[in-house]
Amino acid sequence: MKTAVIVFPGSNCDRDIAVALEAVTGVKPLMVWHGDADLPKDVGLVAVPGGFSYGDYLRSGAIAARSPIMRAVVEQAGKGLPVLGVCNGFQVLTEAGLLPGALMRNEGLNFVCRDVALTVETASSTFTSGYSAGEKVSFPVAHHDGNYFADTETLDRLEGEGRVAFRYAESVNGSARNIAGLLNDKGNVLGMMPHPERRIEAAHGGTDGRRLFEGLFEAVSA
Amino acid sequence: MKLKVFVTLKPGVLDPQGRAIHHALGSLGFDGVQDVRQGKLIELEVADDTDDATIDGMCRKLLANTVIENYRVERA
Repeated sequence: MKTAVIVFPGSNCDRDIAVALEAVTGVKPLMVWHGDADLPKDVGLVAVPGGFSYGDYLRSGAIAARSPIMRAVVEQAGKGLPVLGVCNGFQVLTEAGLLPGALMRNEGLNFVCRDVALTVETASSTFTSGYSAGEKVSFPVAHHDGNYFADTETLDRLEGEGRVAFRYAESVNGSARNIAGLLNDKGNVLGMMPHPERRIEAAHGGTDGRRLFEGLFEAVSA
Repeated sequence: MKLKVFVTLKPGVLDPQGRAIHHALGSLGFDGVQDVRQGKLIELEVADDTDDATIDGMCRKLLANTVIENYRVERA
């Protein structure tokens, strides 16, 4: 399966997520520059990586979300193309309107950089089929703006529709209802603050993240 | 024409930076502060015939994230 990784000025997890995708798919992902207007043909998955796109100017992810390539990503996501946004990628997806809500400055104002325990809330999505619902996993987080906000009505709807994919086992950044990862209404877009691509090899301290990519690859290839 | 766009967090949205400023003011001995909210000021220089709809579009599409922020425009 061909995959694409979007690269913005200031992305810094683009190569990590490319390594994770290649490890699972066996095919080197296409690295797509933010200024491109189109995605490569026949891509089965787009990854929007972590980092500090455009130096987090204005708001985290705000400028990247208005780049030419994101117009193409939004259009293709609307047609069902799976899109995974991690960390700054999650911020870009909310700013682009692919996911509801916003990611604000962490409640404690600290940049949080450590391993966190997460609960997999649903295993029935394309992105989480490698896990069981209710399972505990551990991923690293490294962010300053991971405090998820949405109004109560939106939060209730997201919970009701089973769109919370990952939840922090304890408060990490002040996120509403400890939301760490969120699906769109059709289930083909996932944004998450923790970094599954940093848990691919045993040498990383665990392989919990690899199962996300394996499950995703299997679900998309099926 | 010069524009000033003030972007502020909506009421009810937690502002940890405002809270930290509030705390720091308190530690400097400024006790009478009831609340602090931090926002942004963005100054624009635009053509004189720029209409309100265009200015509003700039605010809604980029300058403010209307999920969490309000904006107010002042013409200088």
